[in-house]
This record gives sequence, C-alpha cells and structure tokens, in this order.
Amino acid sequence: MPKDEAGVLSEIKRNYILKKLKEGRRGDGRSPDSFREISITTNYVPRSAGSAYVKLGRTKVVAGIKIESGEPFPDTPNQGVLTTNVELLPMAFPTFEAGPPNEGSIEIARVVDRGIRESKMIDLEALVIEPAKKVWIVFADIDVIDFDGNLIDACTLAVASALRTAVVPGSTEGGKDFALPVRNLPVSVTMVKIGDEIVADPDLEEEQLSTARITVTTTADEHIRAMQKGDTGYFTLDEIRKAIKLSSDIGRQIREKYFK
Amino acid sequence: MGTASDIKLIDENGLRIDGRSPTELRPLKIETDVLERADGSAFIEWGGNKILVAVYGPREAYPKHTQDIEKAVVKARYNMSAFSVDERKRPGPDRRSVEISKVISEALSAAVMVEQFPRAQIDVFIEVLQADAGTRIAGLTASSVALAAAGIPMRDMVVGCAAGKVDGKIVLDLGKEEDNFGQADLPMGILAKSGKIVLMQMDGDMSQEEFEQATALIMDATKRIYEIQREALAGKYRALALERSGE
Repeated sequence: MPKDEAGVLSEIKRNYILKKLKEGRRGDGRSPDSFREISITTNYVPRSAGSAYVKLGRTKVVAGIKIESGEPFPDTPNQGVLTTNVELLPMAFPTFEAGPPNEGSIEIARVVDRGIRESKMIDLEALVIEPAKKVWIVFADIDVIDFDGNLIDACTLAVASALRTAVVPGSTEGGKDFALPVRNLPVSVTMVKIGDEIVADPDLEEEQLSTARITVTTTADEHIRAMQKGDTGYFTLDEIRKAIKLSSDIGRQIREKYFK
Repeated sequence: MGTASDIKLIDENGLRIDGRSPTELRPLKIETDVLERADGSAFIEWGGNKILVAVYGPREAYPKHTQDIEKAVVKARYNMSAFSVDERKRPGPDRRSVEISKVISEALSAAVMVEQFPRAQIDVFIEVLQADAGTRIAGLTASSVALAAAGIPMRDMVVGCAAGKVDGKIVLDLGKEEDNFGQADLPMGILAKSGKIVLMQMDGDMSQEEFEQATALIMDATKRIYEIQREALAGKYRALALERSGE
C-alpha cells in the first residue's frame, strides 16, 4: 500500500502510534479490537440492480451490481456467475493511478469475491435460465473513492449490502423481475500486526506501520469461509487463532448492529 | 471450493481416493541445479505436479521506481504453462496467477535477508509444467530450495503445505479430485525452524475446531517436507565436494 502524501509516515507520528498501542489505545482513541464508525446507504445508484455507499471511518467505497443474461462456465452449467472487480480510482489517493488493475486491487477483489462466494451468499443455482445455455451473470463492481485504510472490509460490506438489495431483471428474459436470492451474510474482518499487537480495521497510518495483514471472513454460524494473509511479515499460529476469534466476535457485532 | 458431487472421496476404511491415509503426503521429490543459466534452480514433483523454479539475482531492480532503498525486492512470477491443465490455459498472467505471485513473493521476502541487498531485485520464476492441485505450495517449497541453491542468504527455509476438508473430514495435502469436490482448502507457507506463518489462504467452510485439526496436520508435515528440502540441497553440496576432491 502507498505511503501518505509526504511519501513516508513522520517519525513523530510513528512513535506516537507505537507508544499509544503499548497502552492498549490507538492513535484515534479506539481499542485494538474495535472498528471505526460504519455507515451504509443502500440504493445509492438506482440505475444499478443493487448498490451501496459505504463509509468505514474515512474510507469510502461505492458498490454497484449489474445483472445480465449470458453463458455459464462450461464446468458449472447449472449455476449463475458472479464476478467481482475493484477499481482504485485516482481520486481516492494521491498515488493511485488510472489504468488496468494492479496486483493490489486484484488481491482485494479476489479476497472480497472469495468471502461472498464461499459463504454461499448468493444461491447461484437459482440463477439458471436455461441449463448449460443461459444463466444470470452478477457483476459486482466496487469504486474506491476515498482511501483511509482497510479496503477489503469496506468493499465486502459494500458488495454484501448491495447484493441484499439487488433485483434480477427477469422481465428482459420473458419472466418477472425478482429479488436476487441471498442466504448467508459474510463479514470480513481485517487485522494488522504492529510490533506484537494485533489491531482490527486498520486506518492508513496503521497499515503503513504494520508488518503483516490477515483477513478472516466468517458467516453467522461462526465458520471460517475465507482467509488471506498479506504483506511480508509473519504471524505465529497463536496470533492467527486470536485473529480468527476476533473476527468471529466482531462479525457477530456487525451482523447485529447493521444487518438486523 | 469445488462443486458438490456424488463421488465418494473417503472410503469405509478411511482411505482416500488415491489410497492415502488422512495424514499422508503425496510422493514428493526435489532436485536442485536443473537449469544452466539461472543463479539457482529447482525442480519439484509433488503428486502429479511438475514445477520448475529459477532464481536470478540479487541484481539491480528495474524499473528504478520499484527499488527499495532499504532492502531487496523479491519478485516471484507464478505461471502456468498452456499445457499444464486439462483444457489449454491461455498463456500469460490471469488474476489468479497475479494473486498467487503476490502472496508467494511476500512469503519468500520474510525468509530472505532482504536488508543485505538494498535497491536490488531477486527474481523467482515459477513455471508449472503440470498442475495437480496444490501448485502454489509446491511452487513455494521449490522456490525456497532454488533461493538457497543460488546462495542467497536466508533466515530460514519456507515450507509450503496444505490441508483441507473432504467428505467432512480434515485431510493433509489435497489431491486433484479432493480439490475439485472438497469443502475447504487451507494452503500455508511456514518458516521451517521457527514455525512462523508467512503465507496463508483459505477458502471453503471450516469450523474453528477443524482449523485446529488442519494446522496440526500441516505443522507436522512441515518437518517432513523440510527434510526433503535439506536433502535436495545437501545432495548439491555433496556433489560439489566430490568434484573438488577429484581436482
């Protein structure tokens, strides 16, 4: 991930964050296991089949769903198709550049996709129009418009919220429009390691200070559906156990608070 | 994970579709110095996987804006050849291989003493000639051997290993059918001596108890795989010593 506007995190800020963390507090006053304020506005882009504008602290993303008919993959003739894409827009950060997706945005999109897919959130089998010939293809596109850390969780929240409100345009294929069949709700929780501390929902400064990142996506049954370790640092097995526990606790809180 | 199917992956005796027990690895063989031009190289055969790895560097990082003034950049390129899978794979990087290249690069960076080579780049080219489930961890295991064979200073060796869930049971080192029709896959990269985890991905459906079982299998297998890595490297130096003594 890019450094801040100056290209580096100032020494004073770095020391301040590290000192605070030793006392169990974060630079912005949060405890290590708490998320920033979340705000979700669904139906933000009515022209899409489903959409959500999500603010996670000062990180802002917009997810939009488009659903079109098309051919299924040859190895899954009786399933609809889901594709997820993340655009790191140049407006979101001074060093983001326009152009084809880089490895950073590909990784984010694939981790978000895995959480949605492996939680079986969408009933893809209910999206078949004509087996092996025609199915519904669900495009989940995410625009990152303001970047202050933790894009994986902001994007997962946005896509999940948008999918929950999405409508399949059945009328274009001679049927009726119907709500996209969704079942489980995946919640991803991303944590980073700073020194020996694990903190959830890192902001940009914390991401810059961290040596390793881990994302754990769970469903309401508290099973793990997807995980991804990132960055050049390491985790011990105990740290990963702690991260999984934290993810399932935070996941429960987020489900209760925002997805009643 | 894979699609549901009626195929029985574990029989009534608890044996798997290829006859292995739940804690058994597929046959695994590593050879070093298989390429002439590379600074270090390795060839791994793991089950039906056949993977070549070549290491070049440390050399000046290019383009220049990719240089890190404090350390070397480890740049792995994971690539599947067009003929490595049943249906021809379109040559060149796709999104999957870009992601795998990224996580392998990060895992190797944790093992290499990158701080010794500021502004340099270490290229690790991973070519999957034949794929048979678990290519990323096989590629990672071989990369670590190729880096050591190139004489690049490392803190530890990286061992790649995976466990997963098939027919509701946790098993080590998924084969192709298990990967296609199983319920979860957990590939990991582990520093052999310290047990630190430098690569981890997971997809599917695993309870927290199942995760514990899976990591226990992986940690145990790590020791066995590490011995095979060591033996491959020892073989290289035994051959060198023999050559020297003959001079």
